Amino acid sequence: MTWHVDIDKTVCIGSGMCAALAPELFRLDDDYAEPVAAEIEPTDIALDAADQCPTMAITVRDGDKEVGPRP
Amino acid sequence: MTATYPFNETGSLDLDDAYREAQQTPGMIRVQLPYGEPAWLATRYADARLVLGDQRFSRAAAGDRDEPRMQAGRLTGGILSMDPPGHTRLRTLVAKAFTVRRVEEMRPRVREIAAELVAAMVRKGAPADLVDLFALPLPVAVICELLGVPVADRPKFRVWSDNALSTSRLTADEFLASREEMRDYMRGLISSHREQPADDLMSALIDARDSADRLSELELVDLCAGILVAGHETTASQIPNFLVTLFDHPDALARLRAEPELIPGAVEELLRFVPLGAGAGFPRYATEDVRVGDVVVRAGEPVVVAIGAANRDALRFTDADTLQVDRPPTQHLGFGHGVHHCLGAALARVELQEALRVLLADLPNLHLAGDIEWKRDLIVRGPVTMPVGW
Repeated sequence: MTWHVDIDKTVCIGSGMCAALAPELFRLDDDYAEPVAAEIEPTDIALDAADQCPTMAITVRDGDKEVGPRP
Repeated sequence: MTATYPFNETGSLDLDDAYREAQQTPGMIRVQLPYGEPAWLATRYADARLVLGDQRFSRAAAGDRDEPRMQAGRLTGGILSMDPPGHTRLRTLVAKAFTVRRVEEMRPRVREIAAELVAAMVRKGAPADLVDLFALPLPVAVICELLGVPVADRPKFRVWSDNALSTSRLTADEFLASREEMRDYMRGLISSHREQPADDLMSALIDARDSADRLSELELVDLCAGILVAGHETTASQIPNFLVTLFDHPDALARLRAEPELIPGAVEELLRFVPLGAGAGFPRYATEDVRVGDVVVRAGEPVVVAIGAANRDALRFTDADTLQVDRPPTQHLGFGHGVHHCLGAALARVELQEALRVLLADLPNLHLAGDIEWKRDLIVRGPVTMPVGW
């Protein structure tokens, strides 16, 4: 079972929070963040990053179900 | 040549011309702050973003150095003096309370407090001091409820908060003494929350310490104190700063009154346009040689970042010195960038948006009704008092 990570570049401001929090999952490519890999092993740090994104640009999905950002 | 810094006058919200010159000078310039060793000053957007975002620059390294600073005293050991992973551990604990989703749930309450404050101000009659009756009590009420601090203690913690941000009022010893008083106050609150937990951030942090040992007792104390200060001072300054700026731009003000749906975008533009800081602080130390534009910052050298100048960099923003309330979204640096990006950014946005919304809707003829008295010796700029009528 893997999770799928998406970053909406239309809302990403490139704050760098996600790349700072989880450099193994996110990197900052000039102005925007991008996932290092779209498919990841489930890990809380991905949810932390989705929660903390200042613009909620990160979505983490388990199949069809959105698991991050958490409610 | 080393320039004497800070550049900005404290009695206005202008961006000093010295920043323009610095932006037109190749590379970065050398500056001497009131205290500490000389530093590089980043004034261009690209340089600012690199220094704030690149992990080859360290905040923790400042701990062993006479760091360039605006104040005689030094804030050491707090979350702003840490690098990942220690920083990440603390930040993740508090970040849960400040996520966009959590903060959006607070929006109706923020709006309600803002409306109550305006109604009370109107009952009291014009002219009224917008700072004392609205700009300060709004963020104070919100952060007190969120953290679990009695709002009635505002006179007490206002003194400590001003002391923490003061550039001239205190000697280094007085600065530390004031911090100890604030810590003692926080220890008292933490102790009563331990006996009687509540549904607030302080109780959540106490639980993270006591049941999971995820932070030390001093980290807990300093985190709560830091959230209380950071959670109100800047917003309390920016509410009147934004109004002063809008009074200077009557067309923009009229447009926001007519089209309040523009307010969220206007808040972003005001965050970009208004240089809040009197100067710059929190130097980043290069941990290895790093090229920043035309300059190689050598390992061990500090850089301070002038966010207000970077936000008005003509290389980055079209008509950078023009306030455009309908400007398309920008990646402004008003909340900083990188690991120390403002923890409370989402909350500040909601407070600033709701403050403007309520003031403009409920007081259609809001105007200045006297001279503004400006803060003169704080690291942030803004009115101490701002008489208004309506």
